[in-house]
Amino acid sequence: MSLISCENLSLGYEGHAIVKDLSFHVDMGDYLYILGENGSGKSTLIKTLLGLTPPLKGSIRYGDGLKKNEIGYLPQQTLIQRDFPASVEEIVRSGCLGRMGFKPFYGAAQKELAARNIERMGLTSLKKRCYRELSGGQQQRVLLARALCATGKLLLLDEPAAGLDPKVTAELYGLIRSLNEKDGVTVIMVSHDLNAALEYAGRVLHIGSRIFFGSREAYRSSGALGSFEGDVKNG
Amino acid sequence: MAEILDNLRQYLAFPFVRYAIIVGVLVALCSSLFGVTLVLKRFSFIGDGLSHVAFGAMTIATILKIKNEMPLTLLLTIICAIFLLRAGQSTKIKGDAAVAMLSVGALALGYLLLNIFPSNSGNLSGDVCAALFGSASILTLTATEVWLSIVLSLVVVGLFVFFYHKIFAVTFDESFASATGVSAKSYNLLIAVVVAVIIVLAMNLVGSLLISALVIFPALSAMRLYKSFLSVTICAAVLSVVCALLGLLIAILAPRAPVGPTIVAVNIGAFLLCSLIGKISGR
Repeated sequence: MSLISCENLSLGYEGHAIVKDLSFHVDMGDYLYILGENGSGKSTLIKTLLGLTPPLKGSIRYGDGLKKNEIGYLPQQTLIQRDFPASVEEIVRSGCLGRMGFKPFYGAAQKELAARNIERMGLTSLKKRCYRELSGGQQQRVLLARALCATGKLLLLDEPAAGLDPKVTAELYGLIRSLNEKDGVTVIMVSHDLNAALEYAGRVLHIGSRIFFGSREAYRSSGALGSFEGDVKNG
Repeated sequence: MAEILDNLRQYLAFPFVRYAIIVGVLVALCSSLFGVTLVLKRFSFIGDGLSHVAFGAMTIATILKIKNEMPLTLLLTIICAIFLLRAGQSTKIKGDAAVAMLSVGALALGYLLLNIFPSNSGNLSGDVCAALFGSASILTLTATEVWLSIVLSLVVVGLFVFFYHKIFAVTFDESFASATGVSAKSYNLLIAVVVAVIIVLAMNLVGSLLISALVIFPALSAMRLYKSFLSVTICAAVLSVVCALLGLLIAILAPRAPVGPTIVAVNIGAFLLCSLIGKISGR
């Protein structure tokens, strides 16, 4: 049984399909890259995986005890967050809220979980600092820690390296890889960074004019890569 | 100084002055709490639009000759708040256009209605001025209105405390919140309804044209000084209450100073002071 299995999905808005006949699955411990140019339906796919928009056709099944709200999501940064007065600790703790139901305040367990994830992301010395004063890479680690508070099973990352310089990007990718390899966290990375995909991905799902789903090796050796590369670069 | 205190003691002997102070402080507290969220969510204009709607709603209540205007005003404003929130997400009429449409529409219709159906007082411009700038309406609250204000304020504060962390999560990152099972839609709805309640409450204090000031200034001032959501919220609440209290006392002692604009003026002063302190301390 896979964590998530999608069959014959059609995605889009108001009856107009952007992606058709999409079938893929995510297994425990996978590192899946979802590649595609802008407008290929990546964001819609994310919303569908998170259960926020229903697919036009097809089915999504969550298995292995994964619940819909157990996906640790790392969204793209919004304008609002740039001047938001919030401490690192406040943001990371808010990752626990989804599972608290109507309980109004954090208990000891949630505070401890947050502290552990802050430590894991190497942010302990920054935990009282204001989010907007951190560097781009530090901000992403804060959001990663928050996502880890929501779940230890599956992370869904939406272009986490956007706007980061190459060195920080490499550090972030390294961190995500170690979460995947050492802690067994399943990772779905949505990106248009083809080179990173060829380096880190376990499996690749490419959506766009043509759909590819398979291992990184198969993706690399598939004659399709060339045409996809063109796709991605133009996108 | 002794003379001023003596003067003040005399005024405080009147129950209506005490009522005004109680209601004023509570309203200031409520508006500042949700102000932080509104400012950060870029919803400030919704507060502004709703205040004009509240004015229109009040004129309807007046010409229907309803003795206690607050419940009807409250109902109509809440309905508009829900509508505005929905409009913000629709693509046909963009959020800001919908707000502008509704707010100027309500303002114009309100004034039109007041002219066609003159009220009993026979003092049209006085009535309009009171509704728009508050003037002395806080000093003429009936006992029912005072109790209604107190109960509503306590409900607003209670809701804020109970949902504090969720409101934070939804304000900071709606997509993450909904992805992890915190229903951003429901909390946005809650925020819109509560803001409508605050605006109707605050109409008595500062009048409908000046309500936004009560919502926005404390939050902006606090954001100059503090950097975590909790400290900003607390600072905004304290600032708002202090400014309202100070404004009320000045207005009571200086017979020519109208309550609403005086409170707003004090808030502006506080904002300038906070900006200065923020600059100097390099925050």
